[in-house]
Amino acid sequence: MVKKKIKLRDVILSILAAGVFCALLAYYQYDTGTSHSYAISILERSAIYAVVAVSMNLLNGFTGLFSLGQAGFMAIGAYTTGILTIPVNMRQSVYYMNGIAPWLENLHLPMIPALLLGGLFAAAAAALVGIPVLRLKSDYLAIATLGFAEIIRALLAAPMMNTITNGSFGLNNIPGFQNIFQPMAIAAVCIVLMILLINSSYGRAFKAIREDDIAAEAMGINLFRHKELAFVISSFFTGVGGGMLAIFMRSIDTKTFQVTLTYNILLIVVLGGIGSVTGSIIGSLLINGSQEWLRFLDEPTTVPVLSSLFKPGFRMVIYSILLMVVVLFWRRGIMGTNEFTWDGLFGLFRRKKKTKKAGGEA
Amino acid sequence: MADNVLKVEHVTMQFGGVVAVNDLSMEVNKGEIVALIGPNGAGKTTAFNVITGVYAPTNGRVSFNGVPMIENHPQGKMKKNYLGEDPEGYPAKIVKTPDQITKLGIARTFQNIRLFKSLTVFDNVLIARHMRSKANVFSATFKVNAMEEKENREKTMELLKLVGLESSANEISSSLPYGKQRRLEIARALATQPTLLLLDEPAAGMNPQETDELSEFILQIKNQFDLTVLVIEHHMDLVMQISDRIYVLDFGKLIAQGTPEVIQNDPHVISAYLGVQDDE
Ligand SMILES: Nc1ncnc2c1ncn2[C@@H]1O[C@H](COP(=O)(O)OP(=O)(O)OP(=O)(O)O)[C@@H](O)[C@H]1O
Ligand SMILES: [Mg+2]
Repeated sequence: MVKKKIKLRDVILSILAAGVFCALLAYYQYDTGTSHSYAISILERSAIYAVVAVSMNLLNGFTGLFSLGQAGFMAIGAYTTGILTIPVNMRQSVYYMNGIAPWLENLHLPMIPALLLGGLFAAAAAALVGIPVLRLKSDYLAIATLGFAEIIRALLAAPMMNTITNGSFGLNNIPGFQNIFQPMAIAAVCIVLMILLINSSYGRAFKAIREDDIAAEAMGINLFRHKELAFVISSFFTGVGGGMLAIFMRSIDTKTFQVTLTYNILLIVVLGGIGSVTGSIIGSLLINGSQEWLRFLDEPTTVPVLSSLFKPGFRMVIYSILLMVVVLFWRRGIMGTNEFTWDGLFGLFRRKKKTKKAGGEA
Repeated sequence: MADNVLKVEHVTMQFGGVVAVNDLSMEVNKGEIVALIGPNGAGKTTAFNVITGVYAPTNGRVSFNGVPMIENHPQGKMKKNYLGEDPEGYPAKIVKTPDQITKLGIARTFQNIRLFKSLTVFDNVLIARHMRSKANVFSATFKVNAMEEKENREKTMELLKLVGLESSANEISSSLPYGKQRRLEIARALATQPTLLLLDEPAAGMNPQETDELSEFILQIKNQFDLTVLVIEHHMDLVMQISDRIYVLDFGKLIAQGTPEVIQNDPHVISAYLGVQDDE
């Protein structure tokens, strides 16, 4: 688009909103009177899922490549981060069943380098998988990446990996975030980087491929190179998101990275709007928020008819239905391919007022 | 001696049983406007698709400024028995992919308009500048290439002005009327900085006056950008008005070639077009 002048009002409003949000975070963090762990955990989880959802959107929404390997790339990032950040003096107790590989025993990294390395490993895996798979048609990509994610899970749990991944025992004692600002800041940096990429000439090339690959190629865009690039970058941030999840959960095992995880991310992307970054962020907040509110669905109840329905997993059924409804009747999701703007928000209020007035007069 | 820019030699393209292009040979010289005409289904668009690397032909070669884009090559098991003789007769192999061909300087428009539909008019043209950008993904993300980006935006606006679409720059391209979409396709093709421009029925759906303007426009951009043009068209007025030479295809076969005067009086051409009314 032709560059538009940035409005002073929007700048002020954005700074204000960011300020209010930071103040809220600070309140949750420093108000010790009441426990805010519940709200904090929803916000942190939302931020982490938002990173992964935006990176999935980069691929599915902006480049038009339908990949379902998110859980696999998250697992790579999570295990890398987890293994490297567990304090050295805790390692014997974490790996007490299988023992730890000698070369790994004293290998320790601080959080940020560990996250970066997790992202890089995920990106490297994507580069390898992408070479054969991205030459195929898009439908095969979904199947191949889904399979890839399961292979990663199997590899992580494989007995010969026991001294590295601790096999089926998983990892624990991963140091958590020190405060709520850490995950928020990391998520913000990741998302801003992806937005910058999307708005660069590479991002435009990705969109061109999504719109019409034959025309994109006729404009001199090397399809394979750009698809591979989008896939690798998306997987990098997915890996970082996985690493963040490991830090957030503090203990992980391969069950954490089942297909349902990918499914959750997909739901966020579809609900928020395929091709909208802000949509993915809003979607992440909604899904993670409601996940807590809807937790009662998974708990046994004594209400006669419902008791046969409410059992662990029922929440997933509700989500599946929601996904189907969105896909069938509301394909654009909340944001469609639009991004949040202050103009858009005020427009929404104005429209509401108008309809109210019209209703009043009638 | 004419220096040919595009050289097509014995190209045959078969789709299953259909021979869409049959042993086509043609040359386009620097600075010429050459027309490729023929009744519906004659194989004109297929010829374009072969030249731009979209289809690998069954047989034949294509080169651009002496650079081979499609060559005959022994493939698979044939390689064992290949002794280095003239590969003529061996299956054709794409040497340059469509994006490489564009980089070499061939740009095209599409008969069934292929714009980036949900993107703005401006972005449609801006995207075509990406290929020549020196920025890598990091420098582009971190806006290290701001100068280049600014220049690309200015060039884009210039091209939109040239085709009269500057006031529609922020509109979504699919919302434009048909005629403007065709002009946008030309602007987008020009943005790749071509030396050879392939136009597939640029006047389709235009009235006589618009067609006249388009003829003028093609001559204008040819001079302004120092182009060589190969154009497929059904509007005979346009073809006769602007082309230096004409190739006529019928059922995939070349049935005539020459200057507009020669073609107008060629009995083969007249009979090929007989009963085939000008469909506009
Ligand atoms: N991808 C394809 N697969 C199968 N057959 C094809 C394909 N593309 C073209 N053809 C066939 O090849 C023949 C030539 O088609 P082409 O589009 O090249 O004709 P054309 O000269 O451009 O006609 P028009 O003036 O209608 O655009 C037609 O019979 C068409 O059906
Ligand atoms: Mg055609």
